[in-house]
Amino acid sequence: MAYVAIADRDHALHDPQTFITKYIWSQDHKIIAIQYAVTAIGIGLVALGLSVLMRLQLGFPHTFSLIAPGNYLQFITMHGMIMVIYLLTALFLGGFGNYLIPLMCGARDMVFPYMNMLSYWVYLLAVLVLVAAFFVPGGPTGAGWTLYPPQAVLPGTPGASWGIVLMLVSLGIFIVAFTMGGLNYVTTVLQARCRGMTFLRLPLSVWGIFMATILGLLAFPSLLVSAVMMTLDSLLGTSFFLPAVVSMGQSPTHNGGSPLLFQHLFWFFGHPEVYIVALPAFGIVSDLLSTHARRHIFGYRMMVWALLAIGCLSFVMWAHHTYVSGMNPYFGFFFATTTLIIAVPTAIKVYNWILTLWRGDIHFTMPMLFAIGFIFTFINGGLTGLFLGNVTVDVPLSATYFVVGHFHMVMGVSPILVVFGAIYHWYPKITGRLLNDTLGRIHFWVTFLGTYAIYLPMHYLGILGVPRRYYAFGGTDFIPPSAQWANVGITMAALFVATAQLVFLFNLIWSLSHGKEAGSNPWRATTLEWQTPDTPPKHGNWGPKLPVVYRWAYDYSVPGAKEDFIPQNVPPDAASGVPGTAAAHGV
Amino acid sequence: MSISVAFIAVVVGLVVWGLLVRRLTSRPWEAQGAPADTGHSGVEGVPPPAKIGLWVLLAVVSSLFGLFISAYYMRMGHAHGDWSPVALPRVLWLNTAALILSSAGMQTARGAVRRAQTHRVRIGLIVGGLFALAFLAGQLVAWRELNVSGYFLGSPAAAFFYLLTAVHGLHLLGGLLVWGKTVVRLAPARVEAIAVRSSVELCTVYWHYLLIVWLVLFAVLLSTSA
Repeated sequence: MAYVAIADRDHALHDPQTFITKYIWSQDHKIIAIQYAVTAIGIGLVALGLSVLMRLQLGFPHTFSLIAPGNYLQFITMHGMIMVIYLLTALFLGGFGNYLIPLMCGARDMVFPYMNMLSYWVYLLAVLVLVAAFFVPGGPTGAGWTLYPPQAVLPGTPGASWGIVLMLVSLGIFIVAFTMGGLNYVTTVLQARCRGMTFLRLPLSVWGIFMATILGLLAFPSLLVSAVMMTLDSLLGTSFFLPAVVSMGQSPTHNGGSPLLFQHLFWFFGHPEVYIVALPAFGIVSDLLSTHARRHIFGYRMMVWALLAIGCLSFVMWAHHTYVSGMNPYFGFFFATTTLIIAVPTAIKVYNWILTLWRGDIHFTMPMLFAIGFIFTFINGGLTGLFLGNVTVDVPLSATYFVVGHFHMVMGVSPILVVFGAIYHWYPKITGRLLNDTLGRIHFWVTFLGTYAIYLPMHYLGILGVPRRYYAFGGTDFIPPSAQWANVGITMAALFVATAQLVFLFNLIWSLSHGKEAGSNPWRATTLEWQTPDTPPKHGNWGPKLPVVYRWAYDYSVPGAKEDFIPQNVPPDAASGVPGTAAAHGV
Repeated sequence: MSISVAFIAVVVGLVVWGLLVRRLTSRPWEAQGAPADTGHSGVEGVPPPAKIGLWVLLAVVSSLFGLFISAYYMRMGHAHGDWSPVALPRVLWLNTAALILSSAGMQTARGAVRRAQTHRVRIGLIVGGLFALAFLAGQLVAWRELNVSGYFLGSPAAAFFYLLTAVHGLHLLGGLLVWGKTVVRLAPARVEAIAVRSSVELCTVYWHYLLIVWLVLFAVLLSTSA
């Protein structure tokens, strides 16, 4: 029974013995986490490839005969959907959530290991259905990642017959997988924390993942509702979303449906989705900064409250994505206000990160570089969000490259930088070896500077009025010809950044066998996952006895202590210091 | 949409209030030693994970139905003369009665399993399951009647009727899977009720929940019918 699996066990563990039960049909949260992460990164590489193809088309239009206008729209759609859902959501929650929650909470495993295993395999099915769209007649959908009806299901849009249905079915399957995983993450945090691990002793990584999971559990149903209803519109001829449209001379088969209803449902999911990706990044980056600056996180309790506040607010700002839909101005005013209000808890977090670094003993390790890179990029993306959050500024900028620059900075590059930092940080625990530092530095600098070279010019293009989602330009006299040079530059930078990711991939594989031995706690970190008896941790994580927690996760550089860190499971008398004094510098 | 926002506000409010406000006032950086908190595993009185898992699932399903109902009202509000309300089939009243009896049967089983009355558990479970199946059959009859009276998927109100009842029915079918497993486990004569106690309790909670969902759906459909 699952409940026994999380308690102290004196008898030998019934470890899975065969290769198949150990690595394929595994119920161990660590293996499932790796399966999730590898699948997510695999499909993410497809999305990266698609972005390269798009950039080649934009930088050198009319050069590549294999990219037709329809293909371009398909690439955009698949790139966006894969990155947001199948890579970032799956990697943060299925990958890091699975690996870190039990280890950081001091549990042996998730509370429902079987369901956890199912979650991964259903996720894999969702990915396969998504990829299948490339091989069906008409190819994948080209409706844009927002899949707005009526165009998503009308002839003329690529993949309007097969592609869109496969996309919607795949999303439905993904939501089932996510729900199974999410129930596990929430219940494990609520129920399986070890003795002494109060809510306020949880590392912020767990807090971020926990809140993001709650958001996901409440928001993904909205996507499911819209996917189900659009599938019915497309296959059975209902008119939930589809109005009467005379399409290609054909008389309308639908009547009276409401495309706006879809926009509401989609963004009621879509906006919290931004935070489903961002909150785990916020949590993880807090732990990276604290550990590598050897300083307690500044304002821990406020960080937790800010996570909660952001989570709540994220449900009442969805309509700022639809300012140009012709909404009532008062409606727009309301959503502009909530949008700007969410900047307050977010800014609190940014200040606290910076104040954590202030007078810290900063080690420029790989995780720290990526964490600092994240702060820069996130502030950049967040500030342009203030522009777009205001209705009057948004209306002219909507559907231009300004929006593309904004959301790539804030929810593309920023969380990805945290993903990289987190991989450099936890790879030694997962594999027992460190990633190569030189390759890591090349990877960081090319990625960090390269993304600026890509996305900063896009803001400028947006202000010029260059529209997004266009295959090529023509008849757009207001755009000066020099804009094309910006596009060439962006494409060159994108090629460099894409190549740097191959360096990272090589590093991941090469270091598996050639990396430096890491030992159990190479970063001298306080959280529980670094205190396991084995590295990598074995099935059951903790040997016969569960850990007992005596302190919060941020006892770094405690005055009077023997070392500059005190792990969470060290009893007060063994630390031979006065751990409480950290409060003097605290909130 | 306001329905869904209200629902989510309630859930988030409960999470914040019930779980956190009481605990978020501590000062972790000062705290020392392992307090005798009751939140960790292996302590008596803490509900088993399966129960918490079920309640989390019910929150997710509530979000789903809340959004379907929001969509229903919004589609009605956005309609331009194409919305013709459905005349609800009478059989729905019978179905409602069947679902109430089904819940009552499960409740009997739940009461009996606590008192270890294995025989009554079996009877309660069988009654609960059979009435649930009767409800589903009745829903199919309602579909048939609606179809015969000319309400097809082209009519948005009818399409919503089919959709909402189908989603509710699918959730009940999922419950019946777990119910079936429980009945099979309890079938051999030597098995005592205690062996399936947790399953019976979880099923009962789920059954009551789906009854409430149905009552809400029925009320929504009735108040907007022809």
